[in-house]
Amino acid sequence: MAEETRKMAFICSKGNLDMAYPALVMGWAALGNGIDVTIFFTFWGLDLINKARVDHLEIPPIANTSMKMNMMGIPGYIGIPQFMGIIPGMTPFATKLMKEKMKALGVPPVREYLQMLVDAGAKLYACKMSVDMMGLKKEDFVDGVIDIVTAGDFMDMTENAQIIFI
Amino acid sequence: MPTKKIAGFEVQVNDEGFMTNPAEWNKEIAVALAKEEGIEELTDAHWKVIEFCRQSAAASGAAPTLRAITNGAGVSTKDLFALFPKGPAKKVARISGLGKPEGCV
Repeated sequence: MAEETRKMAFICSKGNLDMAYPALVMGWAALGNGIDVTIFFTFWGLDLINKARVDHLEIPPIANTSMKMNMMGIPGYIGIPQFMGIIPGMTPFATKLMKEKMKALGVPPVREYLQMLVDAGAKLYACKMSVDMMGLKKEDFVDGVIDIVTAGDFMDMTENAQIIFI
Repeated sequence: MPTKKIAGFEVQVNDEGFMTNPAEWNKEIAVALAKEEGIEELTDAHWKVIEFCRQSAAASGAAPTLRAITNGAGVSTKDLFALFPKGPAKKVARISGLGKPEGCV
């Protein structure tokens, strides 16, 4: 195969549990299909690679109108009243439900999933501006994060790549 | 359904070159398909993965996903990607005489 390897780059800007998965699932599929994968973590997306945060990502029902009670086994698409989202314990409850659903589907937790991607050759980078803003250091990140880079570096390293912003 | 001659055997394949009847597969075909995929020699480590895929598909009816392979065949993600470089998902399934893996993980 002399043709050039297809390249994909994901920009992860969100730190909620549900928003951790798109890049992991698509990145894993891309690697499995022989596509070169780079992931750039910026703003709240840094939580996905922050050692202290990656196992504690959450999904809040508040302001999430797609989340319906059928996740709790109630049939149909009955909404969760928004005021209920502010009740203490709702976010951990929703998070626990989502983690259980993912586990039942055989989807690994975020930390393990990231490691799979790294082992398969994905290159992970943290955004310098966000890192500076949040007062983080390279030691705060999980193994596999290659470096802290600027937006300009990211442009250089993703030449000819298809870029997906999450 | 188109057919293709692989290693001297006439087998049924789909448009993407995946065999459609796992019963037509044999080890000589696997060696020939591996060469087509750029793998010159199938080592014991390759066979371990291929045999796991065959067993898994015989039980479930579909080619296993990469994670199912690493968990089930006892091979690490790193090794799996080194054994079948540049896209193991399709390569492993094709060499094993199975369809594309169904499932995202």
